[in-house]
Amino acid sequence: MTLQTVWFLLIAVLWIGYFILEGFDFGVGMLLKQVSSNEADRRAVLTTLGPLWDGNEVWLLVAGGATFAAFPEWYATLFSGFYLPLFLILVGLIVRGVALEYRSKYGKAQWRQRWDIAIVISSAIPALLWGVAFSNIVKGVPIEEVNGHLEYTGGFFNLLNPYALLGGVVTLTVFLTHGAIFLSLKTAGEIRNKARALVTRYGLVAAVAAVAYLIWTIALLPEKKTIVLILSALVAIFWLAALGMNLKGREGWAFIFSSLAIVSFVSDLFNALYPRVMPSSVSKAFDLTITNASSTDYTLKTMTVVALIMTPIVLIYQGWTYWVFRKRVSADQISHPERGVLDGDKLPL
Amino acid sequence: MDALALARWQFAATTVYHFLFVPITIGTGFLVAGLQTAWYRTGNEKYLKATKFFGKLFLINFAMGVVTGIVQEFQFGMNWSNYSRFVGDIFGAPLAMEGLLAFFLESTFLGMWIFGWDRLPKKLHLASIWLAATGTVLSAYFILAANAWMQHPVGYTMNAEKGRAELTSIIEVLTQKTALATFTHTITLAAFTAGAFMAGVSGWLLAKKRHEEVLKPTLKLGLVTVLVSFLLVGISGDWSARVMTEQQPMKMAAAEALYNTESGAPFSLLTIGTLDGSKSIFQIGVPKFLSFMSTGDFNGTVEGINDLQAKYEEQYGPGNYKPNIPMAYWGFRLMIGFGAIAFLFALMTLFRLRKGSVPTGKWFVPAMVWMPLLPLLANSFGWIFTETARQPWTVFGLAKTADGVSPQVGAGALWITLIGYVALYGVLAAIEVKLMLRAIKLGPDDQIHYNEPTEIGGSSDKPLAMSY
Repeated sequence: MTLQTVWFLLIAVLWIGYFILEGFDFGVGMLLKQVSSNEADRRAVLTTLGPLWDGNEVWLLVAGGATFAAFPEWYATLFSGFYLPLFLILVGLIVRGVALEYRSKYGKAQWRQRWDIAIVISSAIPALLWGVAFSNIVKGVPIEEVNGHLEYTGGFFNLLNPYALLGGVVTLTVFLTHGAIFLSLKTAGEIRNKARALVTRYGLVAAVAAVAYLIWTIALLPEKKTIVLILSALVAIFWLAALGMNLKGREGWAFIFSSLAIVSFVSDLFNALYPRVMPSSVSKAFDLTITNASSTDYTLKTMTVVALIMTPIVLIYQGWTYWVFRKRVSADQISHPERGVLDGDKLPL
Repeated sequence: MDALALARWQFAATTVYHFLFVPITIGTGFLVAGLQTAWYRTGNEKYLKATKFFGKLFLINFAMGVVTGIVQEFQFGMNWSNYSRFVGDIFGAPLAMEGLLAFFLESTFLGMWIFGWDRLPKKLHLASIWLAATGTVLSAYFILAANAWMQHPVGYTMNAEKGRAELTSIIEVLTQKTALATFTHTITLAAFTAGAFMAGVSGWLLAKKRHEEVLKPTLKLGLVTVLVSFLLVGISGDWSARVMTEQQPMKMAAAEALYNTESGAPFSLLTIGTLDGSKSIFQIGVPKFLSFMSTGDFNGTVEGINDLQAKYEEQYGPGNYKPNIPMAYWGFRLMIGFGAIAFLFALMTLFRLRKGSVPTGKWFVPAMVWMPLLPLLANSFGWIFTETARQPWTVFGLAKTADGVSPQVGAGALWITLIGYVALYGVLAAIEVKLMLRAIKLGPDDQIHYNEPTEIGGSSDKPLAMSY
């Protein structure tokens, strides 16, 4: 296996980690209003994310940094090419992070309602746009050689094609379902029941969208790849298993299966790509591949050493936080849900 | 404005904004960890109250640092794709390391700390704030090593065929003196900023005779941090200045508006130059001090702007190699000046405090209000100085800023994102300041309940100590 292949694989792993982890963050954010009927509910829902979301988002930052280090041409062409969608994703992530941290600091109903809307929308935007972005990468976009560099020449509206939008619907609904499964696993009482019911509803929509999407993906591929067929089948099997386990009340298993479905789904897309990283729809000659986009062997070797040492350590301590915060959160545990830490008792509201 | 100017404005605006929050995060993280350690060791509740109070302020600030940091990571690819292609083989590595070694550590353990009061045993909970703080320092180290490479590229070779710089020694990149000097300067200024923040907040509340038991110790802690770190900022700044004179003499000349090469050059207190920035018409200065500062010798030779311009034309071909001189000159002075005023306020306060009383003079409240703000101004001007005075280069001697911008991103798209960020950051700043002021006005809690959990993970029926 060449170093380029190793790094293609590692970047795939980073995106898998990101979509599993921030996938449920997005889902929980989008479901905030649907699963809660009062202030204590909403705070319980958000508290399930409290200690986890920031660490989850780091997977994205590392995926970005790793792409920069290992495949600078890919990083440069992708980020400058998918400019406005990425900007919207960044705005979503900024608003979302601040909203989570600040919304319960004050008790005022209007303050909290506004932040709640912000959380729902800012979770939905990246959830949708990541699917759009990845689908465009897989499908291939206009890339041509301009002044010696392989540049995206398609503009903004080119990115909003039916296949990519379907991909956006897939990630949106998959994350909604995955988030509902996470909530059913991490909360108690009413919230848990509501979340479980939503799993089936959104899960079926996601299933239909994903099947159509995967068939379309297979049809788009320039060459036949057995692994893509196998992984597509696995996505379907794991997904149905997740929905089934949810119906049986086995929430832990449902979460494992929905995570496995995401693993298979992202692996599927990366397998469809390999050895390309950003195929050109203009000509095969303009494809960005793991070879023409990559850094030198020295850089890749250096980064491989760092990744081999650090990744297991990170997995251990991040895994440990999930264990520390393994207990379900219930609305009854939130004392004085209407009061924020900045309301105080001396100063008027 | 053309795409290049817009991309530069965007980088400047988002970076300066991001760096308002960064030093407070780094420095306050350690100060809070210190307060919590004091509580852990002594069991004295005043330290717990102080930990919780400054922890609250720390978190309001931290959230902003995190979200504005995301933009930094992606901005290189979005607005500076040709720069990314040119440096990716080198520059990407410290960025990826920052994520793997620092961001994970910082975010994971900070999450543990915020939500772990009733989930973790006392000792582990204390360890989590120290680990999070360590993460912030590591983060600073890697990103500054990357920045240092732009100031002074080392450990690379040029690949003419691919038109890019390629890494030959990661050790050199991570350990060159430019990186070490900048890192030391930044970490000490973070301590300075956080100390001023803690002292200002404590002093302001103490002037109203509130929470004396909790805040007198934190006022002292803040002031001592300011005094000690000011010295270290000075020493590391002096080191940076020497490194800079050696590696980027044009930057030093611009900082001093020194037009012609001089031996025994004076440190300028005020220089007024002609509008085209080609020579000075009026100058007051400290004799020979510039030579000493930049070379360590009072009679050392410091190269002037005009001579360097001629030298660079010979070396790199025709072009303008002068940065914006008034900006460099004033940026340098405002950096030092604002820092020095904060130091002075700290000194005056500590002088009075020595006798055990909080100052009562009319100057005290305004001084405490200004104290947290002055280092922010100093930091911003420092960055504005060091980044603009490297121009026209992004990577000194190798790549020009004008060549780094994304060719496929037009002015229209850049306007959208620039306006978008400015509007969003403006709204968020207003919210953040409002929350911060409110939290400060409330002061530390009078009552604090702490029960150490009996097992890791806590209980699922007791009320939560912390919830969103």
